[in-house]
Amino acid sequence: MSRPAGLDARVALTLGRLDLDVELQVGAGEVVALLGPNGAGKTTLLRALAGLAPLAEGRVTLDGDVLDEPATGTWVPTERRPIGYVFQDHLLFPHLSALDNVAFGLRCRGERRRRARRAAGEWLERLGLAAHARSHPRALSGGQAQRVALARALAPRPRLLLLDEPLAALDAATRLDVRAELRRHLADFDGARLLVTHDPLDAMVLADRLVLVEDGRVVQSGTATDISRRPRTAYGARLVGRNLLAGRMVGTTVRLHDGGELHVAGRHPSGSLVHVSIRPGSVALFRTPPDGTPRNVWSGAVAALEHRGDRVQVDVAGPIPVVAEVTTEAVADLGLCEGAPVWVGIKATEIDVYAA
Amino acid sequence: MLRPLAVAVAAGLALALAGCADGGAAGDTAGGARVLSVFAAASLTDAFSEIGEVFSSSSPTSSPGVEVRFNFGPSSGLLTQLLEGAPADVYASADEATMDEARAGGAVAERPTAFARNVLALAVPAGNPVRVRGLADLARDELLVGLCAAEVPCGRLARQLLDREAVRVAPDTEEPDVRSLLTKIEAGELDAGLVYRSDVRAGGARVEGIEVPESEEVGTTYPVAPVARAAEPELARAFVAFVVSGEGRRILADHGFLAP
Amino acid sequence: MLVGLAGLAVAFVALPFVGLLQRAPWSGLPALLARPLVAEALGLSLSSALAATAISVVVGVPLAWVLARHDFPGRALVRALVTLPMVLPPVVGGAALLFALGRQGLVGRWLETQFGILLPFSTAGVVVAQTFVALPFLVVTVEAGLASGDPRYEDAAATLGASRWTAFRRVTLPLVAPSIVAGAVLCWARALGEFGATITFAGNLAGRTQTLPLAVFLALEDDRDAAIALSLVLVAVSLAVLVALRGRWFARL
Repeated sequence: MSRPAGLDARVALTLGRLDLDVELQVGAGEVVALLGPNGAGKTTLLRALAGLAPLAEGRVTLDGDVLDEPATGTWVPTERRPIGYVFQDHLLFPHLSALDNVAFGLRCRGERRRRARRAAGEWLERLGLAAHARSHPRALSGGQAQRVALARALAPRPRLLLLDEPLAALDAATRLDVRAELRRHLADFDGARLLVTHDPLDAMVLADRLVLVEDGRVVQSGTATDISRRPRTAYGARLVGRNLLAGRMVGTTVRLHDGGELHVAGRHPSGSLVHVSIRPGSVALFRTPPDGTPRNVWSGAVAALEHRGDRVQVDVAGPIPVVAEVTTEAVADLGLCEGAPVWVGIKATEIDVYAA
Repeated sequence: MLRPLAVAVAAGLALALAGCADGGAAGDTAGGARVLSVFAAASLTDAFSEIGEVFSSSSPTSSPGVEVRFNFGPSSGLLTQLLEGAPADVYASADEATMDEARAGGAVAERPTAFARNVLALAVPAGNPVRVRGLADLARDELLVGLCAAEVPCGRLARQLLDREAVRVAPDTEEPDVRSLLTKIEAGELDAGLVYRSDVRAGGARVEGIEVPESEEVGTTYPVAPVARAAEPELARAFVAFVVSGEGRRILADHGFLAP
Repeated sequence: MLVGLAGLAVAFVALPFVGLLQRAPWSGLPALLARPLVAEALGLSLSSALAATAISVVVGVPLAWVLARHDFPGRALVRALVTLPMVLPPVVGGAALLFALGRQGLVGRWLETQFGILLPFSTAGVVVAQTFVALPFLVVTVEAGLASGDPRYEDAAATLGASRWTAFRRVTLPLVAPSIVAGAVLCWARALGEFGATITFAGNLAGRTQTLPLAVFLALEDDRDAAIALSLVLVAVSLAVLVALRGRWFARL
């Protein structure tokens, strides 16, 4: 019987005000990104998987080996788990050189000093840090420190790699480079990889699959495409920049919980509860009531305007509050400003409807 | 790290200051009463405390509102304090040599009065567990023996006595004063020690005394005198007079002192 | 204003030393210091203080680690207990040691009957007394050093396969090394100056239990010049060590 490869976990614990109960699978070779607002329990989940916080309930198995299962009293201490952990602020040992930081794990796993240092040197070379082997952490840049931390976590050849906000400590400029590099290095690693972030772009670039966690619970998981087309929570919708509304199907219209109706093209059983998601780019704005195509038209007022590159996000207050995205020319043409009246039009075919 | 240290330092300082205050400043008035400051040898602690009480409450020679404050310690230590100008009215030392030094140093101007005599006695823990019978037992190797340090009168006296009797003693400790020696005997940490006869009484039930007849020859005489710069010279003289009065001698005898 | 107060503090601390220097019998000093008693007391002081510091480091660093890293019922009590000797009059500490470790003491009786170990009136007793009063200085300093460090370095070490002991040895210890050195220096200085607990617990015998402070105290009784000479030795040695180590280590705290 072949053993299931990768991580299979249900982690339940309470820590202060956090009540965490999450089920999670990460296949060998898969990169999963854990997304969620601050305080959702992402870091706590990683710590629990690493054995730095004990489970109250549930089970952690890695490649079929049980690491933690309170019900059976099974517990493998952190130092005996084949897990690599890249901490948010790297936590490189300040008294050791980059080389000795990377060699640390190998030494702890019983490698002789000479061999450990040679292997560490190879890792640093692979990550383009050969010139910095003798440097102490405080002499390294953010990006270099991040790579040393990655090398240190990978050197003992873990079967699960945990990365906590690997890019958060970097400034915007280095972030882009490091993200691309990290993507390459993660691809070289064949174990399961779990990455915590609150940046959707990082998640989409680096991960095969996204898991959204809010208040200690998984609220949605799927590919980047799934989630960006069909977010299920306000947080998820904000993350992917979509309008999200909830309501009940009545024929071909959705009667929204917060008031108003939308005509939609999708077919769902009448009476079922649905989510409605609309791309801001699909929300059209007019100075006068439009005639013709759009089935959904109402009037509102501009609540806020925000520049996004060559586009502008327009929050429109009205019977159904929505966010529209228009070009900067359109803003001028329509005379948009805070408080200005505006007509909203959305085609039924531009509205994604899916079961709640 | 600074905070606990600061607390410790402050507490230590407070204790030190409290310790200093015990010395008492001569001429102070406590609640309107006149204060007499007496510097006396440590071996006089119990006897003088009682004398002080009687003196301040019932002695006809003193006015009713007198408070006697004592500073008990090794005679020579008290002398150092006196020579440095510590405020005191009366000085009572445990030997004449120290008193002579006080006179030579100008701390005492008047002629001192001898008021008591003390001889050495063997002190052993209650029950005398190691069966000490006389001076010669101090030479027993297996015993833990304490003496006063040679720098203080009781130590000088002990060495005189031992030399005279040709008893060779290798002490395990040389205590800075007779009280600390006695404490270690009381606690059973030392098997025997040479202390003043008066101290054996003060040790109460936990110490047993063994008279040493040979010590009669090398006793010490206690002199007392008003201090030259006393703030209360009259009161000081009255106190000295009370110490040598019948009442004073009776109290001293109760505490194991011999007449001078 | 602040500088003025600071100056006042310096003057307050310096003044007694000026007094000491002014009274020093400079011409007779060589003869006084040449007495065997001085070398004996100094040697005993240096070696016993060093031994007390070594013991304090060996047991005090783990204790500081436990106090800083583990929350257990009664931790506040243990912490208070450990720092108690700092505020307790040393004589009280010495008496307490006598009641516990003396011949008639709780543990001392057992030590003597089982192993023939007699702590009072022995050099070992001096070390015990000094350790008792000096240990808190080390524990407090190291605990503060640990508390200001990031405990997650130990987590990081664990994820790399380090046992708790390895993490402590290879990560925690090097990170708090400056605190350990600072604590050891304070501890040593306190042990060197120890008087009350030593004389109460270990007694006073030249060559065996008479450390420099005891020698000073007794010399004050009958030979003030000798006392001052001994004090000068104590001051000189302490100052030399504190100046040498302070510049090097304390700056990093």
